[in-house]
Amino acid sequence: MKEIKITVKNITEHRLFMPFLCLAAVLLVNVLKTPDFFRISMNNGVLYGYLVDIVNRASELVILAIGMTLVTAASGGQDISVGAVMAVSAAVCCQILSGGKVSANTFENPFLLAVLMALAAALLCGAFNGFLVAKLHIQPMVATLILYTAGRGVAQLITKGQITYVRVENYKILGGYIGNCPVPTPVFFAVAAVLIVYLVLNKTALGLYIESVGVNGLASRLVGLNSTRIKFLTYVLCGGLAGFAGIVASSRIYSADANNIGLYLEMDAILAVALGGNILSGGRFSLFGSVIGAYTIQALTTTLYAMNVSADQLPVYKAVVVIIIVVLQSAVFKKHITELRMKKSVSIESGR
Amino acid sequence: MEKNKTKIKRSGNAFLLMITIALFLVMYIVGMVVFQDKGFAKPQMFLNLFISNAGLIVIGCGMTLVMIIRGIDISVGSVTALVCMSSAYVMENKGINAYSALVISLLIGILFGIVQGYLIAYLKIQPFIVTLAGMFFGRGMTAVISTEMISIKNNLFLKWANYKIYLPFGSVNKKGVYQPAYIYPTVIAALLIVVFITVLLKYTKFGRKLYAIGGNEQSALMMGINVRKTKLMAYILEGLLAGLGGFLFCLNSSAGFVEQAKGMEMDAISAAVIGGTLLSGGVGTVIGTLFGVLIKGTITSLITTQGTLSSWWVRIVLSALLCFFIVLQSLIGASKKKKNALSLIR
Repeated sequence: MKEIKITVKNITEHRLFMPFLCLAAVLLVNVLKTPDFFRISMNNGVLYGYLVDIVNRASELVILAIGMTLVTAASGGQDISVGAVMAVSAAVCCQILSGGKVSANTFENPFLLAVLMALAAALLCGAFNGFLVAKLHIQPMVATLILYTAGRGVAQLITKGQITYVRVENYKILGGYIGNCPVPTPVFFAVAAVLIVYLVLNKTALGLYIESVGVNGLASRLVGLNSTRIKFLTYVLCGGLAGFAGIVASSRIYSADANNIGLYLEMDAILAVALGGNILSGGRFSLFGSVIGAYTIQALTTTLYAMNVSADQLPVYKAVVVIIIVVLQSAVFKKHITELRMKKSVSIESGR
Repeated sequence: MEKNKTKIKRSGNAFLLMITIALFLVMYIVGMVVFQDKGFAKPQMFLNLFISNAGLIVIGCGMTLVMIIRGIDISVGSVTALVCMSSAYVMENKGINAYSALVISLLIGILFGIVQGYLIAYLKIQPFIVTLAGMFFGRGMTAVISTEMISIKNNLFLKWANYKIYLPFGSVNKKGVYQPAYIYPTVIAALLIVVFITVLLKYTKFGRKLYAIGGNEQSALMMGINVRKTKLMAYILEGLLAGLGGFLFCLNSSAGFVEQAKGMEMDAISAAVIGGTLLSGGVGTVIGTLFGVLIKGTITSLITTQGTLSSWWVRIVLSALLCFFIVLQSLIGASKKKKNALSLIR
């Protein structure tokens, strides 16, 4: 009996327990509402079903959430410019591919060049944010506020205010399907991004450094870590990942729409980090928690869409979820709960 | 030594305000010289800066209040949209008069202030996260009320919106007819708010508490200031101003729609920052914020008068200015720290 209790306690106190519980709760609602929720079928040689849709659509969010986790862990703040950075990188990519035309039916420039340039632009955005935060010590959200608003303007500038279309089958692969593979390509990108970042963090000491800087920047500097450089690096990484997500997103709609690519995604990414059990004020982090958080949010979005909630109204529900999570996470609230518990146990003891 | 320190601090802040005013004058004079034929030099053009930005001035004042206590509120743009939409909805679809619409607008603002202020002051959650959620909530609620644009045709409302107050000066137009300069009641409301908040910050206990909290929360607490309550009050006042500013904005646009006032939080924050309010708290005046708003208005009218530049240039230029001032602040802050450290060593 005691052993079972301990195992239960081990499971419930595991870092990933809450994220998984949230995901399970969202999925359960779906099962009750739509009986064939878990059914996966093959249509025209590709996998088809709610689950596939969720996993597919969540890919960009997963990529963003990884970057956001690192930024949050190292600097204790969030990067709210990621959606705008996605728009910038999509604009660069499509504009180079179309050779400056509004609509192109063939690649005007090499594909690799376009992708590399788009990533370079995104990395530059990340470096700009990183410079303001790490070097000039400006609050992360204020620093990234600059790009949050300027970013879409810059993207408009690159596409000359139009939506640039790239109507080439090869370009649609990134956001669609490779050959006869039944699994959508973005899923592979998401998995690859998670694996690469995970390996880099764990095979090198970078993950440890990031946590240490996030817990106490001054102390890490005193033990010889260059905390400025590590913070800077996380912002550059976050920018690069956002750029990558932007390319995938633009390939999905084979165009660069500066006003709508990555719209509201910064909120979702922050929400994913919070849902993953990460503390928003920095320090220890769980990459997989954020990934699960990202899938949970996409599941929530899909569920709300299925319940006929319009895209414009979605933010209401997400805002409520965010507030609930941060309130539950807040130190004051936790202290309050502990005090309540202690009072209870004291009263039991004195009652005896 | 103490005197020296305060001198450094004061000179740094006055320096920022001076840069702001100088920047505004330079921009406006350049505009007058370059667009002489397009009426940039007429007094009405200058008054238009106030007319089109009356709402933003009020919202900027509120933003300055919370930035002084080291907070921030990025929900004001969506509060404005929500206020416009609900005003339009109750007046057009429910037949409620304009007075009640104004009251509803103020209540929406206060409600946002209470909830956000409570979460920030009492539960100690980062202002940015709380108000980011508030921003999405407001924008979403706007869409819940209506996804269609509602234009306001209420008689009393339009009477308020179009009531011209003529001033004792004016200019002569191309046909040689004298046209007196005019303003709308919204401008008077906005300027009254500026005066009110200036007095509040400078001459009341509440104002001094705000600066004390922004300067150092810990010592403010030790001085016996009820930090949490004061913070909550600041957010409620700011919410009220956001509601009022939203209503003034609504008088200007006479419609409610989902995409309205998008990015207005950014305009308000940049106005405050450009006006010399420090992001690190403790320093700021609403006069500076007023000039920040005027600079934004000048950029907008320069770009629209120029004609060939697209509207997103306003955002890019404004962001660049914001960036410049943030970096400047941080450099001034860094030099101050260095001087303080040096004085400690000596």
